[in-house]
Amino acid sequence: MTTTAAVEATGLVKEFGRFRAVDGIDLEVRQGEVFGVLGPNGAGKTTALRMLATLLPIDAGRARVFGVDVAREAHRVRQLIGITGQFASVDEDLTATENLWMFGRLQGLRSGDARASARRLLEQFGLEEAADRPISQFSGGMRRRLDLAASLITRPPLIFLDEPTTGLDPRTRGQMWDTIRGLVAEGCTVLLTTQYLDEADQLADRIAVIDRGRKVAEGTPEELKASVGDSTLQLRLAPGADVEVARQVVRRVAGTEPVLTPESGRMNVPLETADRAADVLIAFRQAGVSIISVSVAQPTLDEVFLAITGHGAESEHEATDDNAATTKTKLDTTTKTKLEV
Amino acid sequence: MSTLTADVTPAPNFALRPVDPAAAVAATRAHISVGETLSQTLIMAWRALKKMRRNLEQFMDVTVQPLLFTAMFAYLFGGAVSGDVHSYLPLLIPGIVAQTVLTTCMATGVQLREDMEKGVFDRFKALPMARIAPLAGPMIADLVRYVIAAGLTFVTGLIIGYRPGGGVFGVLGAVLLAVLTGWSLAWIFTWVGTIAKSAKSVQGMSMLILFPLTFLSNAFVPVSTLPGWLAAFVKVNPVSHLVSATRDLANQGVVSAEAGWTLLACLGVILVFAPLSVRSYRKQL
Repeated sequence: MTTTAAVEATGLVKEFGRFRAVDGIDLEVRQGEVFGVLGPNGAGKTTALRMLATLLPIDAGRARVFGVDVAREAHRVRQLIGITGQFASVDEDLTATENLWMFGRLQGLRSGDARASARRLLEQFGLEEAADRPISQFSGGMRRRLDLAASLITRPPLIFLDEPTTGLDPRTRGQMWDTIRGLVAEGCTVLLTTQYLDEADQLADRIAVIDRGRKVAEGTPEELKASVGDSTLQLRLAPGADVEVARQVVRRVAGTEPVLTPESGRMNVPLETADRAADVLIAFRQAGVSIISVSVAQPTLDEVFLAITGHGAESEHEATDDNAATTKTKLDTTTKTKLEV
Repeated sequence: MSTLTADVTPAPNFALRPVDPAAAVAATRAHISVGETLSQTLIMAWRALKKMRRNLEQFMDVTVQPLLFTAMFAYLFGGAVSGDVHSYLPLLIPGIVAQTVLTTCMATGVQLREDMEKGVFDRFKALPMARIAPLAGPMIADLVRYVIAAGLTFVTGLIIGYRPGGGVFGVLGAVLLAVLTGWSLAWIFTWVGTIAKSAKSVQGMSMLILFPLTFLSNAFVPVSTLPGWLAAFVKVNPVSHLVSATRDLANQGVVSAEAGWTLLACLGVILVFAPLSVRSYRKQL
C-alpha cells in the first residue's frame, strides 16, 4: 500500500486576465521530503504555491493535500498547512510573543497552551531575548524566523516556504536551512520555492524546474546535474575569438553543445568525464581559438537551469531549445524508472 | 498536542513527538463552529485594541473633531439658526454626535483597507479561521472610539453651556444609541474597505457616502427651512432618525419612535452589508 502524497496536483492553471501565470503544472510531493520548486522571478512559483495553500482560487486542474481537495475543502486543508511567504506575515504592531500567542489562539489553542507554544518556538528560533520587542525593531532575519515560527504553532504536517531565504545574509541563510532540515526530522513535509540553485541543491530531495508557468524538468538534484554531464569545462574566450569556430570544435571533440553564459565570451562545455577537458583544449589550440581562463568544475544547477530553460543564451535559442527537449525526456525516463523500482 | 508541553518545561527543538500526517488529517474539521467564530472575533478585537494603544494618534479624529466641530458650529451657526448660541445647542449637540460617530465609521473602513494590505492578512487568510473575524474584530474594538467620540461631544457641549433636559440617563441613552448606530453603519464602510483598491480610495468613496448623509439631514438645521424636495430626502435619511432620536433622549429623556426607526435601519444595514463584506473579503483571496 502506498501512503498518500503530501501534495498531488494535476494540470494546475492560474490566469490573470489573458496571462497564464501557471500553465498546467503537475506536482507530486511525497510525505517527509523537501520538494523544491525552482525557477526565475515571474516563473509562476509563488502563484502555484499560493494556489496549493488556498490563497488563490484554482482556475483549472485539481490539487490535494494529504488527499484532501484544496478547492472543495479549503478549510480542512488550512488545518494541515503552514505557510511562510516572501514578505513576513506577522503583525508589525505586536511583540513576538503577542504574535505567536494570537496565531495560536486563532487556531484553537487555549490561552495557556498558546503561551507555552509561543515560548517553545521563540526558544527554538533563538528569539527569546526579542520576545517582548515590537516586530518593527526586528532585523530581516529575525522577522523571517518569527514568520516561520508562526507557521509552526500547531505543527502542521505540510509547510510551504516561499523563497525562505531571499534577502537574508549568508549566516542567517545557513540557520534557516538548518531549521528546515530540523522540520523534516520532525516528520514534516516541506515544499519550498527558490530562485537560488544552491538552496535547492542543499535542501531538496527532489526539484521541479518551473519556467514561464510550466514545469520543464523534474528529478533529484543529482539527476538534474547528471543531465548536463558529470563535469563542466568553464572557458572564457579571448576577445575577438571566433565563437562559431569554438562551438564547432566543442561539438566535434566533446560531442555536446556548449552553453553560452550571459557574460560575453564565457562558454560552458558539459563533459562526460573531466578527462575530456584536455582534448577540448588541445583542439582549441589547433583551431586557433585563444582563451583567457579555464576551469573544470562539477556542474551546478545554474548550468542545468540554463541548459533547460535556455535563459541567458539568447543567441543560442534554437540550440538550447533542442537541448532542453532532450534533457527533459532524459529526466522523465530516469524519474519514471525510479518510481517503478 | 500542546497540553503535553504546557506543564513540562518547554523542550527545545526536536524533543517533541514526530508530526503524524494521518492523525492530522483525521483531526481536521470541515466547518467552523459558532463558538470558534466568536472567540476568533474577540481575539481580533484584542489585536485591534493593542494596536490602538500603540498608535495613539489614531484617536485624533475622535478627540479633536468633537471639540473643534462642536465649538465651531455652535458659534458660527448659533446666531443664524436659533437666534443665539445657547438655544442652538440642544439642536446642534445631537447633530454633532451623529456626525462624529459617522466620521469614526469611515475610519473603520480606511483602517481595514490599510490593514488588509499588510502581510499579516495573508496569514489570517491561510489560517482555518472564520472569514468574518478579521472584519468584525476591529469593529468591536472601535466601540471604544464611538464612546469617546459621542462622550466628548456631550462634554464639549456642557462646557459651552448645553444643559440637556433628559438628564444623565437621557444623555447615556443618547450615547448608547449613537454608538450602536455607528457600529452598524460601520459595516457599510467595512464593505467599502473590502472592495476598494487602496486606503486612499476608501477615504474618497466614504466621503462621498458620508457628506450627503450627514449634511442632508436635520443634524444642523431645522427641516422646516428646507425646500420640499430636499426635506423629503432629509426625512427618510437614517441619520435624521438618529439625530431626532438622540435629541429626544438627550433633551427630553424619552425613547421615541425615532429610536425604533433608527435601530430598524441599523439592523437592515447589518443584514445587507455584513454578508456583502464577508463575501468580498473571501473573493480577495
